[in-house]
Amino acid sequence: MEKITEQETQHTSLIAKLVSKTPVEKKGVTHIQMTDGVLIPKKNDHHVFNSWRLTFFLAVVLLSSLVIFVPKPYRAIFLVVIKGAPVTFQVTILSIMGAIIIGLFCGLGSVAKSRVINMISGVYVEFIRGIPLLVQLIFIYYAMGRLFRIEGMLAAVAALSICFGAYMGEIVRAGIQAIPKGQMEAAIALGLSRSQAFRYVILPQTIKVILPAIGNEFISMLKDSSLVSTIALTDILRKGREYISRTFLSLETMLVVALVYLVITLVLSRLVGMLEERLHKNG
Amino acid sequence: MARIRIEHLYKDFVITNNESLHAVKDASLIVQEGEVVVIIGPSGSGKSTLLRSINKLEIPSAGKIFIDDDEVTGSADIRKIREEVGMVFQSFNLFPHLSVLQNIILGPIKVKKMEKSAAKKLGLELLARVGLSEKANSHPNQLSGGQQQRVAIARALAMNPKVMLFDEPTSALDPEMIKEVLDVMLSLARSGMTMLIVSHEMGFASAAADRVVFMDGGEIIEVDTPENLFNNPQLERTKQFLKHIL
Repeated sequence: MEKITEQETQHTSLIAKLVSKTPVEKKGVTHIQMTDGVLIPKKNDHHVFNSWRLTFFLAVVLLSSLVIFVPKPYRAIFLVVIKGAPVTFQVTILSIMGAIIIGLFCGLGSVAKSRVINMISGVYVEFIRGIPLLVQLIFIYYAMGRLFRIEGMLAAVAALSICFGAYMGEIVRAGIQAIPKGQMEAAIALGLSRSQAFRYVILPQTIKVILPAIGNEFISMLKDSSLVSTIALTDILRKGREYISRTFLSLETMLVVALVYLVITLVLSRLVGMLEERLHKNG
Repeated sequence: MARIRIEHLYKDFVITNNESLHAVKDASLIVQEGEVVVIIGPSGSGKSTLLRSINKLEIPSAGKIFIDDDEVTGSADIRKIREEVGMVFQSFNLFPHLSVLQNIILGPIKVKKMEKSAAKKLGLELLARVGLSEKANSHPNQLSGGQQQRVAIARALAMNPKVMLFDEPTSALDPEMIKEVLDVMLSLARSGMTMLIVSHEMGFASAAADRVVFMDGGEIIEVDTPENLFNNPQLERTKQFLKHIL
């Protein structure tokens, strides 16, 4: 009888020991998640969400307080610079459409069965990716301009489309290759031709896969579109540089230019993130 | 009449410059109209490669395959032949961006140029046949594995094929879903469809097959009725294999 109680007390003390050893959840303690998804930031991952939020908050507060509380010279600068935004957007939107079309051909070319077509799209990608965008832009506008008259907007859109088309081609190729092989097999087993299979089965799935990547390309393109200011297009940067040449307020003007770009790209990157989440949810 | 005729088929996969894998070696097989033939054998024995050669998803290295009198391995239009050969895959391969009904009517509309309304009517009939009428507007990812495979069977049937090929149709399924797929296949077999099936389901083979083919190492070792092959195999390799799985 006594032995049992002794055992029992030993038992309970053991439990007490074990229980006291159980980690108590404390606030501020880092929890190691044993899932395969820890490296991929989620919506509720405070680190990523907050870094964006903090940057956006700082940029908006700095820009609006400069414009509101130091109207001289910031309000004037802002009003001049923002007039360049329509040109920046126009160039970017037209160019992304051009880049998508070129990228589609390029991507399809690189997965085509014909070696010759593979070569053509491969050489295009290597060629364009090896030349800086600024060099391409000046080449098209000034160098080609000696042969035939080319309008600034057209030159800008052409240069950006050709350049980003090559990168887009790689995105499209990767997107196509991400679709399981069984999809193509199932389509051709039904009697569809390869081109029908691409059109009705592979590409609709590819577009969904690459949509976030296209969004990110749009953001880089918006930033790189500032290069068009070198060929007399009055985008955000060009407006700023014109203002500097009139007033010599280089620090103030460039601060506003940088903040305007920052706010635009932050908003866009959040939109891309939301798009990605939505696509993820719909499977 | 011979529906499928395979004559001395070889398929080599090149691994390196002077090394290749002989996946199928000198395989010959005739499948009669309305016959159900099940191919069994250990993994890597060339069962799937043989099956996939029939609609040219694999291009044979040597030998001939005929569907009726059209030579698959010859200059015949492979798309025309694929129209007449339905295929069901281990991993279903439904098109995830299309609804169940759209999956089924894609082939008839794009390949057979069928009217959309007629194709929809056909699609709904086939869905009823596999017991999934209420899932017409669902997307594949909303279905269980067994349901997806039944849709895949309906999709293949929508082309009104002469022959149906099944490449391990139940191997990717949870055990409780295998029966619903085998039931559909059994009723298809009873309706007189010519079927060539790669499967590990011995129960199904006994119940539905006219003949069972045992393959090992790329070769067809033994062909017989299920009763004979399972109960009284003639060759040592067949005996060994059956001992392992039964």
